[in-house]
Parts: sequence; C-alpha cells; structure tokens
Amino acid sequence: MSPENASFDKVWVLAEASADGKLTSITGELLTKAREVGTTVEAVVWGEGAEGFAADLGKFGATKVYNVGDLGGSLPGVPVASAIAAQIAAGNKPDAILFPQSYDGRDIAGRLSAKLNLGVLTNLVGLDAEGSSEHAIFGGATIVKAKLTTETPYLFVVRAKSFAPEESGGGAATVEAIEAPDAGATNGAKIKQKHVEERTGPKLDEAAVVVSGGRGLGEAKNFEMVEELAKLLKGAPGASRAIVDAGWVPYAYQVGQTGKTVKPTIYLALGISGATQHMVGMKGAKNIIAINKDEEAPILSIADLGIVGDVHKVVPKLIEALKAR
Amino acid sequence: MNVVVCVKQIPDPASPGRLDPTSHTLVREGKLILDDSDAYGVEMALQLVDKAGGGEVTLVSMAPNSEVSGLRTALAMGAAKAILVSDDALKGADALTTAKVLAAAIKRANPDLVLAATESTDGYTGTTPVQIAELMGLPSITFAKSITTDGTTVQVERQTEEGYDEVECPLPALVTVTAGVVEPRYPSFKGIMAAKGKPVEEMKVSELGIEGDVNVGQEITDVTAAEERQAGEIVTDEGDAHEKIVAFLEKLKVI
Repeated sequence: MSPENASFDKVWVLAEASADGKLTSITGELLTKAREVGTTVEAVVWGEGAEGFAADLGKFGATKVYNVGDLGGSLPGVPVASAIAAQIAAGNKPDAILFPQSYDGRDIAGRLSAKLNLGVLTNLVGLDAEGSSEHAIFGGATIVKAKLTTETPYLFVVRAKSFAPEESGGGAATVEAIEAPDAGATNGAKIKQKHVEERTGPKLDEAAVVVSGGRGLGEAKNFEMVEELAKLLKGAPGASRAIVDAGWVPYAYQVGQTGKTVKPTIYLALGISGATQHMVGMKGAKNIIAINKDEEAPILSIADLGIVGDVHKVVPKLIEALKAR
Repeated sequence: MNVVVCVKQIPDPASPGRLDPTSHTLVREGKLILDDSDAYGVEMALQLVDKAGGGEVTLVSMAPNSEVSGLRTALAMGAAKAILVSDDALKGADALTTAKVLAAAIKRANPDLVLAATESTDGYTGTTPVQIAELMGLPSITFAKSITTDGTTVQVERQTEEGYDEVECPLPALVTVTAGVVEPRYPSFKGIMAAKGKPVEEMKVSELGIEGDVNVGQEITDVTAAEERQAGEIVTDEGDAHEKIVAFLEKLKVI
C-alpha cells in the first residue's frame, strides 16, 4: 500500500545485530513491513558501533536511527526498554514498534509493555494496513487475527521470515544518540563472558526442526536418511528409544521420557510408532509430521500431517525434492 | 533461600486445542495439567533450595475454576506450598494482566529468586516473566540453560543464537529456564501422598489489591479463526506424499 494510506504515522523497528556484527536478517523484513504500514520509519539500535548501521537501515527505508549505544555489559532488555520509554515520555512517540521475536527482542518488548502499561502481541506472522495482526496458533494450523485497542504505541513482536525483505533505495539514515536512564536494581543482569559455539548443526533440544527415526527405518545404516533430511532442513537428528537400545545411534540422540525433551517448531517422525515414552518427549512440538506404514500407529493421531506410507519410499523422494529447490 | 516458581496449568497438549466461539479465547475447561515446561523450573528450584540448605519452594499460579491438579503434581515433586489466583474476572486475561496478578501473588512469598518457563506450551506468548520482573522491580535473565547461586548473586548460562552467555545478577531476581536446565524428577508415591496435605492458598483479585489494574493493559478484540485447524490430516502415500510434506514445510516458512 502507499504511504498516504498508511495506518500509522510513525513506526519504529528494533534493529538487532548478531555476533558477527551484522544486522540480523529479520531487520530488513521488519523495516519493509514498517514502510507498508507507516508513513515514517525509524529504527532503534544499541551496542558498540551501532551508529555504523545507518546506511544499511537507510537502504530499507529508515530515515532516522536512535542509538542507545554501548550497554556496559547489561543484558539489553532493561536499558533498551528504558531508553525507548524515556523518548516516549519526552513526547517522541511512535504509533507502533516492531520487535524481532528473538531472545532480546522479546525481553525488550515485555519490559516496555510493563513500563508503559501497554499490551503486547507476540508471535506475529502477519500485520495488515489496519493494524490487525495475524498469529499462528495450535501448531500453525489456525491463524487468528488480533487487534490492540489500547493506547499507542502498539507493541508487535514478529517471527522471523514472516515478511519478505525489500530495499527501498533510501540513503543513509541520520543518527541520534539516546540515553538509557538509570534503571536501578532492574538493570542488574550483566554479561560476564560470551561463548560462540562452532557447530555444523543445531542442538537436538534447541533445534527448530528435529528429524527423528525409529524402528521403521529397518536397519542402522538407514539412519543416514534421517541425518541427511535434518541437515537439509537445518535441523537436528533424533531417535526413538527403540533404536538407541538397539545400538544404532548414541544415547545423545534419544528423544523421549528418558532422553531429550524437544519442542521444535517442526518434528518429523520417520518410522516411529509413537510409544508413550517417545511422545512425552516430543508432543510439545508445534508441528508434527509423521510417516508410518501402520495407519493405526499412535503417532499419526497427534500428527498435523500424517503419511501412511513406507519411509524407504517417501523419504528419499522428499530429500530429492528439497535438494532440487 | 526461598524460591517462587510460576506454574501454568494447561489443557493436555496431546488433545487438540480450541477457541471459544464467542470470546475467541483458548478454551481451558476440563482437567488441566502442569505445563511440562514448568517442571524444569520446579526441579531447578528444589535443587537450589536443597543446595542452600534451607528455605522452601512456593508455587504461584493463575487458573480458572480453582484448578489445582497441576499444582498437586508440582507439590508432589517437592514444592512446599502454593498460591492460586482463581477469579472469573480474569477470564481471557492477556499477558500483562497475568503478569500483574502473578507479581502481586509472588510478592506475598517474598522470594530470593523467581523462576518461570521461557514460555507456556499452550499460549507461548513468552513476555509474562519479564513483565512480572518489571512490575516487581527485579532484574531478569531469560533462557537459562544452567543456574547456580551463592545466595547473593545468581550465575546463569543464557542461551543465545550463537551459543551462550555467562550472565551474573544480584538477588532477588527472576530467571526463566529452558528444557535443558535440569532433568525433572518424577513424583514418588510418597510425594504424591504428601502433596494432598500441602497448603494451597486460593485468592481472588480483590484480595491482591490490584482490582483497578486488571484488564487495562490490553484488550484483544476481533479475534477470528481465519483457518480451521486441519487436525491430523492423514494421507496415504500414492507415490506423491513427499509433495504434501514440502507444501506443509512451505506453509510454515521452514523452506
């Protein structure tokens, strides 16, 4: 939509940097959406050297960047929320603020919500011109629309990859340093040491996608299929107790009551019947895809998508299809 | 050391959730259970109190219809007592309202440390703990994968996108825990029997002194199920089932 029809006069985007010193990819997504729903788009940044993001943020349409600066080792939640709240108290008030649904993004939004006594909506997967947000619930199968009816700014916490990023061709944004007022005891959490882990795939209990295999794989060497699929989906491989007990894979792979409890966005169960002990370890997954020969397999009763079929036929085709993309 | 654990009692995640057709809020009728995500906080609290050599674990929960079955599970694990806020006025309460209620209840226990899950299994809003911390004037650390304390400060390994941070914070503080923080125990028979006699203090909003503050933060209206839940779509493979899976993954924006 064109800016003259925008529902908000001014929209702020919380722009976060990752450990490599670059803006996270969701930043461009949020700025693109902000341009669609707002007339003026501005960004809030923090951290040492954050003013350096002015050009990158400008490319996506931000005209001004508020820089909280170095946080002196504090976790960002309190100081960044305090700095934004101080701007609003001084009359510099946006109509909406878009936060990335990240570790720090959610902290900042929550702190700000309580400071300003404003509602906050999280897990956004859509936002329309009228300010109605979309949320995927019940494992993503149901989309609900919500609208904040309280005072502005509206606080929206958005899931990554909800909007396609599109550059606006704008020039570098102007930078304005803003202060984080002393937040007293609430600002007590300090980072002592950062650890960046080098690894090829995500950890089983932290992965957004988990691909697990069970007895239905037939034999140990077929677990390669599970690993390959997991890698293609940037996920972690897992296993049922049956094949761990059988010695096909190490204990560290086990998902279930006596193994890891996983709560990924997507759980793919390949040749797993769904014994209770397995189900308790993975039923918290937001979405479950199961492939099993037996249409009576319990796992199919909790799957969002259940395939009655032979894993040896379906999975190789799935791997080929993903590779072809 | 006294630890409060925020616990949520939720409908069994194994049974499909549904929305109230009028209010569009989650239906939370029938038997509720302890949210699995909260078992980690309960276990962590029990271990921290044990190591400190004194103090107790208090559960704080907000639930409809005086629900206690989930609390009994956590009491059976070893928590000493519970405060339950159950009030019809809280039906459909948003995250900030919930935080106001829980913060007021937690204050009564005067804890050194407040633990909560990073998010609930049914609603997964994920802001309530930090909102509680702000309302109570406490520092907070979210996404803990390990917690230790010397009674004065708390040391946390906090999950990050790239690994983890070692974070330190003076007590009192609020910490949210991931499923990786500790392995929850299963209640013993003795624990289950003992839990039946443990005190659960039930309160109304009026008794918390926050009446005027309820449901002012946010009102969500116009909530509609845009798409019916395709509960358990079962497809028999005719040689093209992999295409179904690809389409499903696309819909979830995983690929």
